[in-house]
Amino acid sequence: MDLNYLLQLFISGMTRGSIYALIALGYTMVYGIVQLINFAHGEIYMIGAFTALIVATVLNMTGMPGIAVFAIAMVVAVVYSAAYGFTMEKIAYKPLRNAPRLSALISAIGMSYFLQNYVLLAQTSDFVSFPRLIPKFRFLEGLGGMLSSTQVIIFLVTAVVMVLLTLLIKFTKIGKAMRATAQDKTMALLVGININQVIAVTFVIGSAMAAVGGVLISSHVGQINFYIGFIAGIKAFVAAVLGGIGSIPGAVLGSFVLGLTESFGTGYISSDYEDVFAFIILVLILIFRPSGLLGKSQKEKI
Amino acid sequence: MLKLESVSTFYGNIQALKGISLEIKQGEIVTLIGANGAGKSTTLMSVCGVVPPREGKVFFEDRDITGLSSDRIVELGIVQVPEGRRIFPGLTVKENLDMGAYLRKDKPGIAKDFEYVFELFPRLAERRNQAGGTLSGGEQQMLAISRALMGRPKLLLLDEPSLGLAPILVQQIFKIIEQVNRDQKTTIFLVEQNANLALKTAHKGYVMETGRITLSDTAANLLANAEVKRAYLGGH
Repeated sequence: MDLNYLLQLFISGMTRGSIYALIALGYTMVYGIVQLINFAHGEIYMIGAFTALIVATVLNMTGMPGIAVFAIAMVVAVVYSAAYGFTMEKIAYKPLRNAPRLSALISAIGMSYFLQNYVLLAQTSDFVSFPRLIPKFRFLEGLGGMLSSTQVIIFLVTAVVMVLLTLLIKFTKIGKAMRATAQDKTMALLVGININQVIAVTFVIGSAMAAVGGVLISSHVGQINFYIGFIAGIKAFVAAVLGGIGSIPGAVLGSFVLGLTESFGTGYISSDYEDVFAFIILVLILIFRPSGLLGKSQKEKI
Repeated sequence: MLKLESVSTFYGNIQALKGISLEIKQGEIVTLIGANGAGKSTTLMSVCGVVPPREGKVFFEDRDITGLSSDRIVELGIVQVPEGRRIFPGLTVKENLDMGAYLRKDKPGIAKDFEYVFELFPRLAERRNQAGGTLSGGEQQMLAISRALMGRPKLLLLDEPSLGLAPILVQQIFKIIEQVNRDQKTTIFLVEQNANLALKTAHKGYVMETGRITLSDTAANLLANAEVKRAYLGGH
């Protein structure tokens, strides 16, 4: 067995896993608090990528160094996407807070189509190239091109985001309120937690992370179109279910398992089946462990 | 302090409260007794704004609070210890208490109240870093009451604090309730199925049957009332 090849597949799998994790966290956090699968979540990731593309194109004309352009594009994309997530919740989900769950789900699918087609009309249906912003790091040359500088940035940024998220959820007041709300909504009301505020914050954080993922992967792949959010969104959803929907560590674990499976699957079996692996995993997990790897099995109350 | 005027509350089309009126004065312990499903818990949830009344009015300190959001009501000083305690199972004891003080910003005051509840229940101090879900039933009830006290309530609503506890723990919890009423001047509205104990603790009582208040009197008079004795105290 070619060890180099194996290592390369591993790195590529971890790269995918990082991006899935950044998206899956938003799915799982929203589900944990409002029991809604926000199917428009992938679109936020796509909007993040397009926002960064526009900002980067403009800034590139000023001759600013690539890494600075990247940083600014990232920040703008995160803020803009967070605003989208906030608005989306207010328009598409808040009015349906007390409606049957199916209504909110249909609203989510509608929102997803709306955002896709909105970007399709506002931009184009073709793939557009995303500028290479991250310069080659000298110290990676010794590795024989196995690890690109963009991948290094992807790993670094993902790690930082996850540490920040963990700190936020564990130690801040709003983080504790988020956990409390996820565990018992009525009791959260009784201690005076403003649930609407907690839900809004959850959408904002989830959207911001999705945007980070969108910008990172775009600069890795080098091209984007209006449809990237749909595929990535579905995959990240599978990752969240695999890890146990509602569980934050589960979403991260599920994402890396899925990313590695896809990478090794395409590398050793066939790249024609790239998108099939995710759905095989989804079917298997639903049959054998519906609560996911780290999820707790729910007892339905009658 | 708290006044309900012909409050009616519905779950969908089912009417749980059929125009109930009651009044609680500052500093009192008032109890609401009645059978399972009479609407006692709904009464508390209506006061807290979790299940807002469809008709009637709720006044707190002469202010109309009907239809206010639950967090505004907590902010005004009405805090409930719900039935079944509802500890946040994944949060530690300390974090559960933090949540009780969620709307407060006076750090020194909060620190003082931590000391106060740890003094009331030294058990909780020992277990402050343990997850709430791992506590025993009695400890959870202590935590639930402490969490409510962390909100510095003017009016404390207690829903079935004796439920599922060993008699010795029930005695202890009720002692604490009286102590809080005495020391902190907290007004207490106590919902209980254990009518005997509730009426011995309270100053005043209301009896509830299928969504209506059927009797109200001083606790002593209710204890002596033949009707109450027959229906709720298991005597003749």
